[in-house]
Parts: sequence; C-alpha cells; structure tokens
Amino acid sequence: MTYDVLIAGGGNAALCAAICAAREGTRVLIAEAAPMAMRGGNTRHTRNCRVAHDEGNGILTGPYPVDEYLDDLMRVTKGNTDPELAEMTLQRSKEVWDFLEAQGVRFQPSLGGTLSLGRTNAFFLGGGRSMLNALYRTAEDLGVEVRYETRVVDIQVEDGFFLGGTLEASWETDTPQREEVRARTFVAAAGGFESNIDWLKEGWGEAAENFLIRGTPYNTGGVLRLMLDAGADQIGSVDQFHSVAIDGRAPKFDGGIITRLDCVPFGIVLNENGDRFYDEGEDFWPKRYAIWGRLVAAQPGQVGHVIIDAKSADLFMPSAFPPVIDDTIEGLAAKIGLETDRVRKAVDAFNDACQPGTFDHTIHDDCRTEGLDPPKTHWARPINEPPFQAYTLRPGITFTYMGMRVNRDARVLFDGTPSPNIFATGEIMAGNILGEGYLGGLGMTIGTVFGRIAGEQAAKSLTNRKAAE
Amino acid sequence: MSRVDLPSLATAKQDEVARQMTICNACRYCEGLCAVFPAMELRRVFEGPDADYLANLCHNCGACYYDCQYAPPHEFGVNLPQAMTELREESYARFAWPDALAPIFARNGLWIALISMISVAGFILGFALWSDPGALTASGNFYAVMPHNAMVALFGPIFLFSLFVMGMSMRQFWWSADTGSRMPVTPRALWQAMRDAGKLRYLDGGGMGCMTQSTRPDRYRRLFHHFAFYGFLLCFASTSSGTIMHYLLDWPAPYGFWTPPKLLGVPGGLGLVIGAAGLIWYDLKRDDALPPKDKTGMGPAFTWTLLALGVTGLALYWLRETPVMGVLLALHLGTVFAFFLTMPYGKFMHGLYRFAALTRHAHEQATHTTTIATAPTEGRTRA
Repeated sequence: MTYDVLIAGGGNAALCAAICAAREGTRVLIAEAAPMAMRGGNTRHTRNCRVAHDEGNGILTGPYPVDEYLDDLMRVTKGNTDPELAEMTLQRSKEVWDFLEAQGVRFQPSLGGTLSLGRTNAFFLGGGRSMLNALYRTAEDLGVEVRYETRVVDIQVEDGFFLGGTLEASWETDTPQREEVRARTFVAAAGGFESNIDWLKEGWGEAAENFLIRGTPYNTGGVLRLMLDAGADQIGSVDQFHSVAIDGRAPKFDGGIITRLDCVPFGIVLNENGDRFYDEGEDFWPKRYAIWGRLVAAQPGQVGHVIIDAKSADLFMPSAFPPVIDDTIEGLAAKIGLETDRVRKAVDAFNDACQPGTFDHTIHDDCRTEGLDPPKTHWARPINEPPFQAYTLRPGITFTYMGMRVNRDARVLFDGTPSPNIFATGEIMAGNILGEGYLGGLGMTIGTVFGRIAGEQAAKSLTNRKAAE
Repeated sequence: MSRVDLPSLATAKQDEVARQMTICNACRYCEGLCAVFPAMELRRVFEGPDADYLANLCHNCGACYYDCQYAPPHEFGVNLPQAMTELREESYARFAWPDALAPIFARNGLWIALISMISVAGFILGFALWSDPGALTASGNFYAVMPHNAMVALFGPIFLFSLFVMGMSMRQFWWSADTGSRMPVTPRALWQAMRDAGKLRYLDGGGMGCMTQSTRPDRYRRLFHHFAFYGFLLCFASTSSGTIMHYLLDWPAPYGFWTPPKLLGVPGGLGLVIGAAGLIWYDLKRDDALPPKDKTGMGPAFTWTLLALGVTGLALYWLRETPVMGVLLALHLGTVFAFFLTMPYGKFMHGLYRFAALTRHAHEQATHTTTIATAPTEGRTRA
C-alpha cells in the first residue's frame, strides 16, 4: 500500500496539513504516537492562536495589524527570526481564523483572567482539545487514515528525497509491530523533544532531572532525531527551551495550564538556601512569567519558594494545588523544609526595606524596596499578616526551539537545498520564526500556517510529478 | 465533647466536585461552554453547598468531558459530567422532604416501577370492584367507569401534596446555597432563568451541540428534551383546560377534537411520546464514561414514565370507543397517579432544581461584585 502523504504527529500542525492535503484528493496517513485519548501533542494544552486582523470581530476586541504583530515578534525574539518566513507567517495568520472555523473549530472571548490577550488572540471554545476534536472530525470525514499508538521509527531518505518510513504500532506494549510504509511525501509534524530528559541533559546536565514538562510526554523528538540524522539542516541549539516557573507539585509530564502560579509579584521568592535571587516586582506578570522558569532552573536543586501573606492570598488566579499555610514565618519555613533562621532573616530584611507606597497591581505602583539586593521594584508590601502561605516553584518546560530549517513552502532544507518531498510544520520547525523568547499563541499560528502550506505543497508536488510522468 | 455539625460536613461526592472545580478554576478553557464555568469563576473555594449548586446548574451536555485535557486517563481524572451527575442524584435525596423518604432515590428505578405497577393494579381492581362491568368494555364514557368526583377526590389531594413537598425541597435547596446573606428571587432573574430553561440554552455544548456519545456533537438530545418538555406542558395545559371547562363553564367531558383539552392534549401526548422515546433511544448509545457509576435507575424511570403517560393517553384518545377502554383507562390513570405521587421523589425534580440554579446564576451574574483575580496586569480595573 502506498500513501500519497505520510504525516508524523497528530497535533494541530499535523491535522492542518492532513486536511489540506486530503482536500486535494490525496491519500493521507497520520501516525500519532499517543493513544486516541491523549492525541494531539501539545495542542491538547493550548487555548488560543495569535492572529493578525485589521478590525475586531466581536470576539477579538480590536485590530491587531501585521506590523504590530511583527514588532512584538522582533521584540521577544530580539531579531532571532527568519524575516522572510516571519513576515509571511504573520501575513497569513490573517487567514487562520476563517480557515479553522471552516474546519469546525469554534471561538470564545478571552478567558477570565486573560483580558490582556483579548485583542490579539483567538481563544478556542473548549480549549485546545476541543479544537483538536473538530480537526480530527474533519480529517476523518475527508478520509484521512489515523493510526494511534503508532510512531515513526525509521525513515529512508536519499539526498533529501523521502522514499519510505517504518512505523511501529503498539509501541508502548510488549508486542510492538513494525511495518514498512511507502509514501510519496513526508510531513514531519511530531513536535519538539522536551519530554526526552536524556536529550535535555545534553544541554543542561543533571539539572534536567529536576525539570517538569508541562506538555505531552509523547514529544520525545524521535522524528526530529531521524530528520537531523538524515541530513536536515538544524536550527537552534539543544539547550534552548521555553519554560515558566510552575507549581513544584505538578506531575512530571502533562500538568498543563493549571500548574501555573501567578503569585510571584505579590511576595518574595527564596531558593533552597533561603536567599532571594531576583526582582519579583520587575514588571507585569504576563511580561515576566516566562523568565522565571530559567531563573528557578539556575537555582540549587532547581527549586524556588514563593512566600506571601494573608493580604495577597486572593489577588491572583486561583491555583490548582493548595498553598502550604502557617501562622508564623518559622512554622512555614519548617513545613517547606527551609532553614527557619535564614527565612526569618530574608523576610525581615525584605520587610524592613519596603518603602511606604500605594499598592495597586494594575499599574507599576510605588511600593518598592530601598537598599535591598536584589531589589523588589513594584508591589513590595511587608510580609507580616498571618496566615502566611508558601508555594514551591520548579521550572516547567513548555517547548523546545531546536528544529529543522524550512523554506516558505514548508520544505525541509538539506544543505540549503529544499527537499522535493519532505515538509515540516509545528514545533519541529517553529524555531525558524520564534528563534527565542515567547509570544503567546504564536506556536499554534505557525503550526496552522505551515500545516496548510505543507499539506498543499505535498499534494501539489504529487500532481506535478504525476503530470511529469 | 463538642458536637459534630453534620450538615456542614461535605460528602464525598461534594468533595469530588470541589476537587475537579478547583482544577477547572485554574484552567478555565471551558468558560464558554455553559453556565457552570462563569459561576465557578466567582468562587475561589468550593464548599459543599457550592458544589450542590454548580452540579444542579450543569445540564449534562457532556462537552466539557470531551474537551478536557485532564479527562481520564490523565492522572487528574477530571470528568465533570459524571461527577456532577452523581452529586445531583445524591443532592436530590438530601433535599428530599420528609427525610425519611430520601432512600427512595437510592433505588429510584425499582421504587418507581413498583409504585407504578401497584397503582395500575389498584385502578384495575377498583374498576372491577366498583364500576359497572358493561361500562368497562364499551361505553366510551370514562365517568361511567370512575365518576368525575372520585377522580378529583383521588388526584386533587395527591397533586397538592406533591406540590407542597416539592416546595419544601426547593426551599431547602435554595437556602442551602445561600452562604452568608439570603439571595433574593428577583423578577429579572426569574425571567432570565425562564428564557435559559425554555431554550435549554446550556444543553448545547456552548453552541456546538451535546457530546454524550463521542467527540461528534449533535443536537438530538436537546431536540428530544424539547419534545418531552413542551409535550408535558401541553398535556398539563390540556388537563387544566378540562378542569376549567368542567367547573367554570359547566361543560363536562367528553370533549370533541376541536376543544382545548384535545387540541392541547393530542400534540402534547405526541410530544411526550416522541421526546421520551427519543431520549431513551439516545441514551442507549451513551458513552459509558458519562453516566453515574452507581446505577439508581432514576433517569430511565423518568423517561419510561413519561413515555407511558404519553402512550396510554394517546391510546385512550383513539381507542376509547373500543372494548379495551376500561383497561386503558386503568393504565393511564394508574400511571398518572403514580407519576403525581412520585414527582418529588425522582428525576422530575431535576427541572425544578435546575431552574432554581439558573435563577441563582442569573442573579449572581447580574449583581456580583467579585473581581476575577489576576496577577499584576496592565489595564485591569482595580477591585
């Protein structure tokens, strides 16, 4: 049996490619490593996509022109992007809403607590898994064949030309079944490698053992490895990942959005030695939460402890895990396993340094410390009202940047030459556009834009070849 | 030794809903699906009464289960439709009046089937003992079998008793959800709740349809519910119009097909049959993940009762001039009697509690002063 298009991966990017290829009348096979209930990679955990638009539409609250989008991208990546691909992606992000809606995806206004994204980001009604369900329904109706619990374990590539692949079904069981599959084109859409701890160790050493992975455990980078070994041009490096500080009690994998903690700006953060290590009130939390993953990753044991008091307890988004609570700082320190003296000293030093001011967490207020190192520049209020609360922070990795280089047709480059029949979309190539930093909802947009291109180009390359034959 | 305040302790099912709601409240992806999630966002902690309220606000459309990134086999095991259905069924028993009759809910299907059978048997026996044997088979005249006054004397008190009991249960349900101050029942909230209930606004997966069989949404469940609900209302209106005609207009039965009792009753009966049969058919294909783990038979008892009410009523309309009239009348009156008697002790209550929950929801959404907490963010108004 020969397929026209073999797609590795089963998330948004893969499904967009599958749908577009199938609409051109091709036979498409999706190999999804996860079982059906856990399908969709990190798309399961997403909630929106960032789309350019010239005017609001009732759900998006106002215009978000391509130029502003591009400015945002340049700012967060510090220019670490392929300008041609970036501009094309943001231009075509204008089509994303209509495209997804036509596949059955529905949208809702920005969620409670996320008003800052209401203008720029289109939220999926029911979240990413609902969005995936719609894409899978559409793909199935178009005749796309989906094999779950099936991963791509080998690919035959000759000078950048895809010949076929080896699939392994039931790979998590004791009786995996291998099968050679012939396909005329290949789309690599299998995500990053953030769930492959051994691979993370290549960049981070033993500290990687203490990282939590926020997304799917199935992003182990197998397809990325195969592609790089086959000679695909690499982009990004092995030690690059996006991480945020999440609740230390989160599961090793798949904790998703609810492991987020928004209390850092209201308190102080201590490391295992009981020392503060960064300005907790540097800027608004949506602009800072992304750096705290790396900050905590650099601390001993890759752990941090937020301490707040009663007056801040209800000021942030409710957390899924309850805080550790005690009526005294010493008691709290004992409960979280820190040296009581050192915590007492750190809290006292902070409290003494707090200057009088008017607390207002909706502006850069004048509550700050004086003579403290590191300082807390906003929202600094003495921690003195019991009961005191503590949350444990650990680095939670969202995605990795390393991937393979593509051109504007989503073709993978081999020594700078575009492959005739290998395409890539999604996290596995997002580093072309998002070389560093983070812009909420951009990943889904890259996956959708390049998924469509990959699917259309794969189908087109077939008809061209058929015409030539 | 201090006494334990038993009512204030949360039940295991309340705890489970509270656990899941805590996860949902940190996620909020399902915000646009129904009323439960906006109501949840007004709270930070979920006490037992909050859980009862939210569970009864849930219409069980199933969408959030299929949309949930934390649904089983994820270790967080979030399955709100199931947890809330289990808590709803438990809460019906807790709000039952008098308390002594609460156990009826635990084996609801069995009880309602038994009561219905006894009731029908009672009518057959009664007719055999007291009515003219000739009237049973051929007369076409119901009152020759059972005099109008006897019907009123039997059905009137039991209907009024059930109304009273349901009122007591509703009162308990409403008051228990009041934490702190009493929430008023405003005309505005009632009107909003009537519109939401009348349209089944929240039995729709946020606009995509229910998902109770698979990840493919459909609108059958809402459609059948509309048939059953409006059919039921028409039947009730039919009976009421008959009562008015009998007592106020001095126009006793039988009524021709052009009269209000028939014009309302026949479509009503058809609606009941189509709706109840549809719901029974639809539930056969239900995903096993969604129904409660403890099978009380409450749902099937209710849908089958509605089907029996509709079928026996329509059969009586078409076959009243035939020899089976007496048996059909016993079947119909027996079913109606059992239904009246068990209304406060079965699934019928779901409509009342859900309406109360919708009223509370409408009021708290219109008046809440809680600002949804967020981290320091530009441009948010201050709480």
